[in-house]
Amino acid sequence: MDEKIKARVMDAGKIKRSLDRMTTEILERNRNLKNLVIVGIRTRGIYLGKRISQQIKELEKIDIPLGVLDITLYRDDFAELETQHMVQKTEIDFPISKKDILLVDDVLFTGRTIRAAMDSLFDLGRPQSIQLLVLIDRGHRELPIRADYMGKVLPTSRREIVQVKLMEIDETDEVLITEPAKLE
Amino acid sequence: MLEFKQRHLLGIQNLDVSDIMTIMDTAESLAEISTREVKKVPTLRGKTVVNLFFEPSTRTRSSFELAAKRLSADIINFSQQTSSVVKGETLKDTVLNLEAMNPDAIIIRHSCSGAPYFVSTFCRSHIINAGDGSHEHPTQALLDAFTIRQQKKSFKNLRVVIVGDILHSRVARSNVFLLQKVGAQVTLVGPPPLLPAEFENFGAQISYDLDRALEGADVIMMLRIQKERQEANFFPSIREYRNLYCLTEKRYSLANKDAIIMHPGPINRGVEISSEMADSMKSVILKQVENGISIRMAVLYLLLGGKERETAD
Repeated sequence: MDEKIKARVMDAGKIKRSLDRMTTEILERNRNLKNLVIVGIRTRGIYLGKRISQQIKELEKIDIPLGVLDITLYRDDFAELETQHMVQKTEIDFPISKKDILLVDDVLFTGRTIRAAMDSLFDLGRPQSIQLLVLIDRGHRELPIRADYMGKVLPTSRREIVQVKLMEIDETDEVLITEPAKLE
Repeated sequence: MLEFKQRHLLGIQNLDVSDIMTIMDTAESLAEISTREVKKVPTLRGKTVVNLFFEPSTRTRSSFELAAKRLSADIINFSQQTSSVVKGETLKDTVLNLEAMNPDAIIIRHSCSGAPYFVSTFCRSHIINAGDGSHEHPTQALLDAFTIRQQKKSFKNLRVVIVGDILHSRVARSNVFLLQKVGAQVTLVGPPPLLPAEFENFGAQISYDLDRALEGADVIMMLRIQKERQEANFFPSIREYRNLYCLTEKRYSLANKDAIIMHPGPINRGVEISSEMADSMKSVILKQVENGISIRMAVLYLLLGGKERETAD
């Protein structure tokens, strides 16, 4: 599908600065880092989570456990999709009960992904708390969900698409607003 | 997004390699659920699955039942003894009556080859073949291949030896079809009356000499030998069968180092496989049982997910 790039809202430098700032906020808020675990939502949440855990390691010399969550089995539109999503592995190989979980995703939109992620986490144990970190909050919430740490609040129209690209899989660090080409 | 366009799972013959890989990859992702403390995800909530078994079975039936339950589907069990079949109802009427209760999938095992296909011609539900006559047992072949892939990583040029009553075995047929598709080499071994030469037409090699066939084998799959077959004179005696075809330690040493031992169960210790071999470190028999649940979860997930599709075939 052709798409038109409307704006480049973040580059590598901006992404790094906002991750640095959010890391500081996380450290400020979580006095007991030993109880903190990071869970990244597939796919780009994993890499953002990794970068944050590296940052924390550099600053505080502590290894924060990092897990991967696939929310496909918890989607609320399972019966309505034309074709299913491929289920991928959830890999959380540490107990999450009584832990403070930092849930990480790239874009916060309707809130449905986060709802599914929280349901999924509760099936794995009873965490002490869940905090949410997103790189972009683009609005249009359909559920009462908000992020605790935000890289950037980005007002968008529903038609627009926010694309977060990360070096680890996209070979570049940037955030784009695109729009699908108009149908003739 | 993934492309899985099958409406039913009637046999391995109807699948292409990408379908097979999609089922195995999905099973790999779903396996983790069975290791959780709460072994359940809400994915198939509200879906109804019927287990319709016209032949005795405990492990396949309960494996499907657990698979459905771990995905939150509701499942009911019908067996021949408790259904109206004993009162003379035909297969078609039985299925039509079940369909009137609006299930989403019917898992069927029947002694007639082709029964699941027949049912699929007039059913709205998704049909899953859990073994039909001596035709196919697709989920068994899928779980076997999944187990092989876990142990051996790739199928390319893998040498698989299947030993036993090939003639009556739907497991052997489904395995031959699947392993051919993914590029493994299959050798079938058994006494001549139980090993029709026609299997060469499916691309498998035929051998009546187990010791020779085992040389260079990476996977050894033993099939159960049914004692009734001896009464029907397919081979002279259990003792002779054991002497020629039982997998013993001595025979195992002829195979490749690290060859794995498989069996679809139930096993007859001391007939087709010695106790030491069944319990050895190289045996993956219980792993097969465990993988069976993941494979059946994957099949249910892939067939029951998404919008109702038009018939693909």
